[in-house]
Amino acid sequence: MSRAALLVLADGRFPAGGHAHSGGAEAAVKAGRITGADSLESFCRGRLHTAGLVSSALAASAVLGVDPRLLDEAADARTPSPALRTAARKLGRQLMRAARASWPSTELDALAREFPKGAHQPVVLGLAARAAGLEAVDAAYCAAYESVSGPSSATVRLLSLDPFDATGVLARLSPELDRIADRALEAARRVADEGVDALPSASAPLLEIGAEAHAAWPVRLFAS
Amino acid sequence: MTAPGAGVRATARLVARDDGRGGTALPVLESDGPLALRRTRGSGTEARVMLVGAMSGPLGGDHFTVEADIREGARLRLGSAAATIALPGQTKGEARYDVRLTVADDGELHWLPEQLISAGGSDLYVTTRIDLGATSRLVLREEQVLGRAGEEPGRLSSRLVLRVAGRTVLDQELACGPGAPGGWDGPAVLAGHRAVGQLLVVRPEFADKPVTAQMLGESATVVPLAGPAALVTAVAPDALLLRRVLDEALATLSA
Repeated sequence: MSRAALLVLADGRFPAGGHAHSGGAEAAVKAGRITGADSLESFCRGRLHTAGLVSSALAASAVLGVDPRLLDEAADARTPSPALRTAARKLGRQLMRAARASWPSTELDALAREFPKGAHQPVVLGLAARAAGLEAVDAAYCAAYESVSGPSSATVRLLSLDPFDATGVLARLSPELDRIADRALEAARRVADEGVDALPSASAPLLEIGAEAHAAWPVRLFAS
Repeated sequence: MTAPGAGVRATARLVARDDGRGGTALPVLESDGPLALRRTRGSGTEARVMLVGAMSGPLGGDHFTVEADIREGARLRLGSAAATIALPGQTKGEARYDVRLTVADDGELHWLPEQLISAGGSDLYVTTRIDLGATSRLVLREEQVLGRAGEEPGRLSSRLVLRVAGRTVLDQELACGPGAPGGWDGPAVLAGHRAVGQLLVVRPEFADKPVTAQMLGESATVVPLAGPAALVTAVAPDALLLRRVLDEALATLSA
């Protein structure tokens, strides 16, 4: 394997469409719940421990060879908001294109055939990591990091927040990212033995509610 | 009920079945210690039961279980006489409250208990597992209130799992209060709201005609799940405002 493939996969410039999504930050900014670096950090921390943990465990499970169809169903059950299910599948489809071009694999081909409208993004991310020869822990980190890097860079655009402040938020969250990746990996190992019920299902009511409010706006900067 | 030093263990059970005369019989209605089940006057084909807390709690170390089995064609409505208050116990450690509901085909369950209040210093883990058949119907309400008036909440974790015809349609966990994972009171999760609730409605006809996702005011939403179910999620400053939103949502869904 090449560990450097992780840098390619996690790079914000990897053409997987993530830059068009704010991870709920746009709705939170509009509602006045994110107003600066401190509230951005609190938002990102909450997202990391909920949606981030779930995504991280899904991605790690896919690397360990858990049936992606079961993981996709489990992701649906953990995503009550249809706006968020749609966003996750769109992101999954875009990531699929970039991943198949980067690391051709029969497993990615099969998943693309099975989900022409896209599978949930973390499931695709896990299979992409697997195709790139990466390990479950790498996919766990990648998914956990994406759960906070998206809202952070979106907030720079939404609030004209100083990019140094936004990066500082990500740096301060690093120790918690380590813990989330550990927990996700531990859960993924249990999933491999016990099935998808062992996946975490941590939820964030305001992310769900905000996503539906956001989807109903006539004009918005980000897709989700 | 058993009460070893570690806390109270109690399991209440009920079974509802079609009585063959257009009504619902309750062949099993077992209270246990702090969990008392009382049959009240029903209406039409529906049986009604009240869950009456006969002691305070759950307290740290307690483990309560309520099991309801709604057999084919039976109809049951459950309410509770008062809010459940999680309190700190004399023994260290978390309390557990497990609810297991099964509804067979053509059965219908309305599970509408009063709020769960997480008092300061308490530590409670609530799990609600619901197994439905393909043609079962359900209305379930869950309301969590963080702290009594003006009080810091205890730690409260809750998990809600819905299976329809063996397939998991919803699996959701929420953790809040001191010691919960970071950000629980921040802008992504609760943002200072002290009441959070859900209304889960399952009907076979939702498979072909799902509800339309929409906002219910500023801080609540009704959405179609990936299955024959609708979920209302609401946060509110307090229990009263939360109940108002959920009542309105239920009226809309029932119209």
